Amino acid sequence: MKQSAAARINQAAAWIILLILIIPSLVAFPVSVTSETYLSLPWNGVSLQHYRNLFSSADWLSSFFQSAVIALVSSCLATTAGTLSAIGLWRISSRFGEAIRAFLLLPLMVPPIISAMAFYRWWVPLGLIDSYLGIILAHTILAIPMVLITVSAALANFDLRLEQASRSLGASVSTTVWRIILPVIKPGILAGAVFAFILSWDEIVVTLFISKFSVFTLPRRLWNGMRENTDPTVAAAAVVLICITLLALVAFALISRRKAGDNA
Amino acid sequence: MAEIATQRRPSPYWLLAAPAVVMLLVLYAAPIINVLLLSFTDPKPGFGNYAKIIESDTVGRLIWTTIRLCLITTVCAVTLGYIVAYAMLHALHHVRRRMMAILLISFWISVLVRSFAWLMLLGHNGLVNNALIAMGLIAEPIAFVRNELGVLIGMTEYMVPYAILPLLANMQGIDTRVLCASRSLGASGVQTFLRVFLPLTKPGIIAASLLVFISSLGFYVTPAILGGGKVQMIAEYISVQLLVTVRWGTAAMLATLMLVCVLTLMYVLNRFMKLSTIFGGGAR
Repeated sequence: MKQSAAARINQAAAWIILLILIIPSLVAFPVSVTSETYLSLPWNGVSLQHYRNLFSSADWLSSFFQSAVIALVSSCLATTAGTLSAIGLWRISSRFGEAIRAFLLLPLMVPPIISAMAFYRWWVPLGLIDSYLGIILAHTILAIPMVLITVSAALANFDLRLEQASRSLGASVSTTVWRIILPVIKPGILAGAVFAFILSWDEIVVTLFISKFSVFTLPRRLWNGMRENTDPTVAAAAVVLICITLLALVAFALISRRKAGDNA
Repeated sequence: MAEIATQRRPSPYWLLAAPAVVMLLVLYAAPIINVLLLSFTDPKPGFGNYAKIIESDTVGRLIWTTIRLCLITTVCAVTLGYIVAYAMLHALHHVRRRMMAILLISFWISVLVRSFAWLMLLGHNGLVNNALIAMGLIAEPIAFVRNELGVLIGMTEYMVPYAILPLLANMQGIDTRVLCASRSLGASGVQTFLRVFLPLTKPGIIAASLLVFISSLGFYVTPAILGGGKVQMIAEYISVQLLVTVRWGTAAMLATLMLVCVLTLMYVLNRFMKLSTIFGGGAR
């Protein structure tokens, strides 16, 4: 079918909008290699000095380390709790079950600033402010809905008769979940884990409220950096932040491609 | 007897959901209710905090600014999203896959990095202003950021993917034979779009608008960075109330308003389109 002029204009406009969605976010890449000491494009020469600053700064390095630990631990916890609840709710499938599902999706719907207030006020008496455990628990709770959604999508394609066969042949619920259900929905679980990781790795609003000095994540240090100065080291740190997110998304793409291959 | 006992025992699958449910009850729902109740008790019991909506000029202006910026963002993001969703609907399979990948990436790039990027591009000494001055097009830098324009640019750019997903889900459900029928009965392409396609996408437009509006209400990072302290929305005001002036009552009142608004609209949204439909498309 021949494309009309209107359709071609529409396609072009769509591409322009899509490019505006990602190109500006990538401006940190050229800025981070500028040879100047202020935020600028590298017209007068390329230099890795800002990456040298970044990777020789004890502050930035400790933030990388802390963010990585927090994101890894909270994504493991969220994936476990989220997957188990997705399987449970999938088999229950009653009106009450749907209410529970809506409840578990709350952290996704409630504006982050309100979650931040709530954690802040609750964490003080529990002694969780400014601690690894406090941030990990908060990020785990925020990430559970992501895992629940991804795993539920995987379960929607699961053949219920497999589960029934396993149960009627005498396998217990735990054996059925472990040996039958989990292996089949593994791609969905891994995708959920990837999203939970990115969510924690990027999280800023809640972290701003419940951390002070001893835990200082990468987004937190970026936040301070971009409000205080115009040092290209901040751009270099932003590049590292984006790169880890992009790597995680590549992992997700590989997982879903393999899933598609399995089905074919 | 044994059989009755097993039937009465709740399904063991409930136990699987228990860890997440208990965790959210104790560490999420309880703290939120705890904070919302402060709006009636702090600094003294009663509805004093809510009276501020009418009495205090600051609070009134704040609510108005937030609603106005969110509405403008919604209109802009849904319009831009409609253009993209319409093109994606008609794109070839592999082109659509590429477009979807871009959406997924933009969906997940940190809001912090994106706001910072806009600051680098559009700031007083930003790349755009410097380029325009170097080309001799302008003499003075244009104030793109540290004002409402900057906040709107940042918010709209962030929200476009949120608008596209429900619109696309809706458009993909439309029976294309209706459009062919319209064309074969003699309607022009423009007529078919305006009188047949556009009305059919009304549920998608409503769902997209609600989703964008709901998500914009709580914006914190973008106004804080691109508003430069001059544009205050509810979320930033709440954070100042808590961290600087330590007035929990006012902050809790605003949070309650915001949450009631978000959950009500979310309920309405859910009647137009299931959330799983919207985000299911994004995850694939």
